[in-house]
Amino acid sequence: MNILYDERIDGALTRVDQAALLAELRTGIPDLTILYRREDLKPYECDGLSAYRTTPLLVVLPERVDQVAAVLKLCHQRKVPVVARGAGTGLSGGALPLEQGVLLVMARFNRILEVNPAGRYARVQPGVRNLAISQAAAPYELYYAPDPSSQIACSIGGNVAENAGGVHCLKYGLTVHNLLKVEILTIEGERVALGADALDAPGFDLLALFTGSEGLLGVVTEVTVKLLPKPQVARVLMASFDSVDKAGRAVGDIIGAGIIPGGLEMMDKLAIQAAEDFIHAGYPVEAEAILLCELDGVESDVQEDIERVRAVLDKAGATAVSLARDEAERVKFWAGRKNAFPAVGRMSPDYYCMDGTIPRRHLPTVLQGTADLSQQYGLRVANVFHAGDGNMHPLILFDANVPGELERAEELGGKILELCVAVGGTITGEHGVGREKINQMCVQFNNDELRFFHAVKAAFDADGLLNPGKNIPTLHRCAEFGAMHVHQGKLPFPELERF
Amino acid sequence: MTTDVAQDAARDQDLGAEWLDRVNAAFSSGRRLHIQGGGSKRFYGRPVEGEAFDTRGHRGIVSYDPTELVVTARAGTPLATLETELAAAGQMLAFEPPHAVLGATVGGTVAAGLSGPRRPWVGSVRDFVLGCRVITGEGKHLRFGGEVMKNVAGYDVSRLMAGSVGCLGLITEVSFKVLPRPRHRLDLRLEISAEDAIVRFAEWGQQPLPISAACHDGGALMLRLEGGEGSVADAHRRLGGDVVAAAFWSELNERRLPFFADPRPLWRLSLGTDRRLPALPGDQLVDWGGAQRWLKSDAPAEQIRAIASAAGGHATCLTPGITDSPFQPLPDVLMRYHRQLKARLDPKGIFNPGRMYADL
Repeated sequence: MNILYDERIDGALTRVDQAALLAELRTGIPDLTILYRREDLKPYECDGLSAYRTTPLLVVLPERVDQVAAVLKLCHQRKVPVVARGAGTGLSGGALPLEQGVLLVMARFNRILEVNPAGRYARVQPGVRNLAISQAAAPYELYYAPDPSSQIACSIGGNVAENAGGVHCLKYGLTVHNLLKVEILTIEGERVALGADALDAPGFDLLALFTGSEGLLGVVTEVTVKLLPKPQVARVLMASFDSVDKAGRAVGDIIGAGIIPGGLEMMDKLAIQAAEDFIHAGYPVEAEAILLCELDGVESDVQEDIERVRAVLDKAGATAVSLARDEAERVKFWAGRKNAFPAVGRMSPDYYCMDGTIPRRHLPTVLQGTADLSQQYGLRVANVFHAGDGNMHPLILFDANVPGELERAEELGGKILELCVAVGGTITGEHGVGREKINQMCVQFNNDELRFFHAVKAAFDADGLLNPGKNIPTLHRCAEFGAMHVHQGKLPFPELERF
Repeated sequence: MTTDVAQDAARDQDLGAEWLDRVNAAFSSGRRLHIQGGGSKRFYGRPVEGEAFDTRGHRGIVSYDPTELVVTARAGTPLATLETELAAAGQMLAFEPPHAVLGATVGGTVAAGLSGPRRPWVGSVRDFVLGCRVITGEGKHLRFGGEVMKNVAGYDVSRLMAGSVGCLGLITEVSFKVLPRPRHRLDLRLEISAEDAIVRFAEWGQQPLPISAACHDGGALMLRLEGGEGSVADAHRRLGGDVVAAAFWSELNERRLPFFADPRPLWRLSLGTDRRLPALPGDQLVDWGGAQRWLKSDAPAEQIRAIASAAGGHATCLTPGITDSPFQPLPDVLMRYHRQLKARLDPKGIFNPGRMYADL
């Protein structure tokens, strides 16, 4: 089932005449930058999920909040869909445009409005890059904790929309845990502040509801993030294992020993080899799996934790354990992990990155299932995990120039996600549903749950104009997906207990 | 399992199906329900007119695996039972919810969304909610979130339930992220003024110190350090202070300190963390490293709220009968979206009508 917007099953959209809308926008908001020529629209036809492209009706690049409000009001009146976009680095197609919709690009809102060390917060515009916040806070020995791997490019507005994660989530949380306040505009162009400068706000926790809502409930215009003091020291241990199962069990043992590492990452053999070929990080290429365990905090505690973790790893059957000698080696150990995606990219013309999360105890089951599927579909899969929080990033290797391989890769990816759901996990840990996983949402949630989501949406955007087709599938789409999917009344993975 | 927990476990039962029938009956007849757990937070919010719905029967820990850092429990499970079970595995609910001693339940803890002294350093109730099951205003038993640390599929309904005081649905089950108990702890008292304490809190907040509670009780600055032995000892050397008994923090969390015995109404002010000590009409106790102020005052609500708003926050009245809106009124636009959300999720208004605001 194609994931591009299909009005037949995703809902009808208003027909809009491009010239008429352009004229209206120009009259209503004279100083607004609007792109409308085919060649100008081209660069905006996809986000980080570049296999899918749609040319938007118009692209607007506002510079002031009043312009954004005016665009939204006009689109609300004319019933024109609006897709908001930040830096366009998202991997799930959350900012994929609509042919009948306006693409609202927030990239020009790139100012850091305030860094307040005493209050430990920064107030920024939505187009500010994630890393730029930590850079601005660095003179005060503070930083912004969530660090998605795209942090040099991704913007904070998109981080809020996707509830972005990173490698330090187990200890420091996701975006939702690191926000104080978000200002939004509703589809009617009204300004609303969610959260507060204080640690809580009266009323329902709409800040939590909006975080990760993928641009379906409102458009982010300002973000106040929490800043944390930089940990005094960070040290990293690398452990090699002769089986992925043992590495997986070691993760549970570390946490069971009462230690919450700053980062705890796992890579399998294919990923290790790819990273080593590319980065020369000093990874043991003969190992079946490695764990990278970062311990951060106050010097004396970190020293103590290193010894504890080392003992746990030895007991768990690690074949080798090494501590990065100095900062340079620590950075090198991480470079291999952080470049795992491009490294795998060098082994294959194309790759497709998945994002399931599972209860960690099911890791062996899911890995075995993934290996079986990999064989069945004839496509290699490299595994990279945020092991501490059970967030898996299987990378499916394929060649888009071979007819049918992209479709096979997608189908294989979908099966892996369904396996995650079957063991009590989720189809997306941090990349979002967007368009990419819209069909798997039908596996994760039943029709009543989806109806509840639609009711939430209707409270903020009754006409369904904000980012239609993303995040929550229509019941119609799920009916068709289900009909195609369930063969002879059998669920996928019948051998597994359901949770 | 400890003996207490084993005895509690004998009373475990799943009333999910029965509850669903009751909510469906209420939905058909339009009857309103007043959801009650242990009754430990009756003071919180407006009075509710409706048939009492006692949640204590639906209880029990559904699953707990310490190495996953996740526990799932039914709404009626006593908080004390859950905390005992976690402590046996060396873990805890890090947000330090109050009122376990008064019979608080898991469901009520999430619905009220109240967190204890550790909140500014580790997070609030909602930060630790991973998933929940809810019976909706249309009589459906649904599941949101799950038992995994990271989950961005669909809207984050489970976190929305935290602090919604039962107005958006009947919580039947909750999954929490839990954390290991700190290895070492030290409670300190520093003889300095409240004004100086606020300055210190701001300075310390910018440093990687193992602080897990900080307050000024009117007489002295009270500090709790938690972490490894080395970091706690090191921080003690740097910050100074006399070692005192640990009981202070639970007395504060249960509001049993002498400060709370003052007969005037009790207010809770949540303020921006960079704020100096505002002049408040009454006596205040500074908590959460300055971000939460307890106020004993008989000044008018409008006056207290104006001060809180000017300091970037809001004020909640915790003494019943003082004001018709114990929670600070919302700006008009925000209130309209609250009404729209309530109308969509609980169209007949059967759950805790008026508990949060008169027209919700």
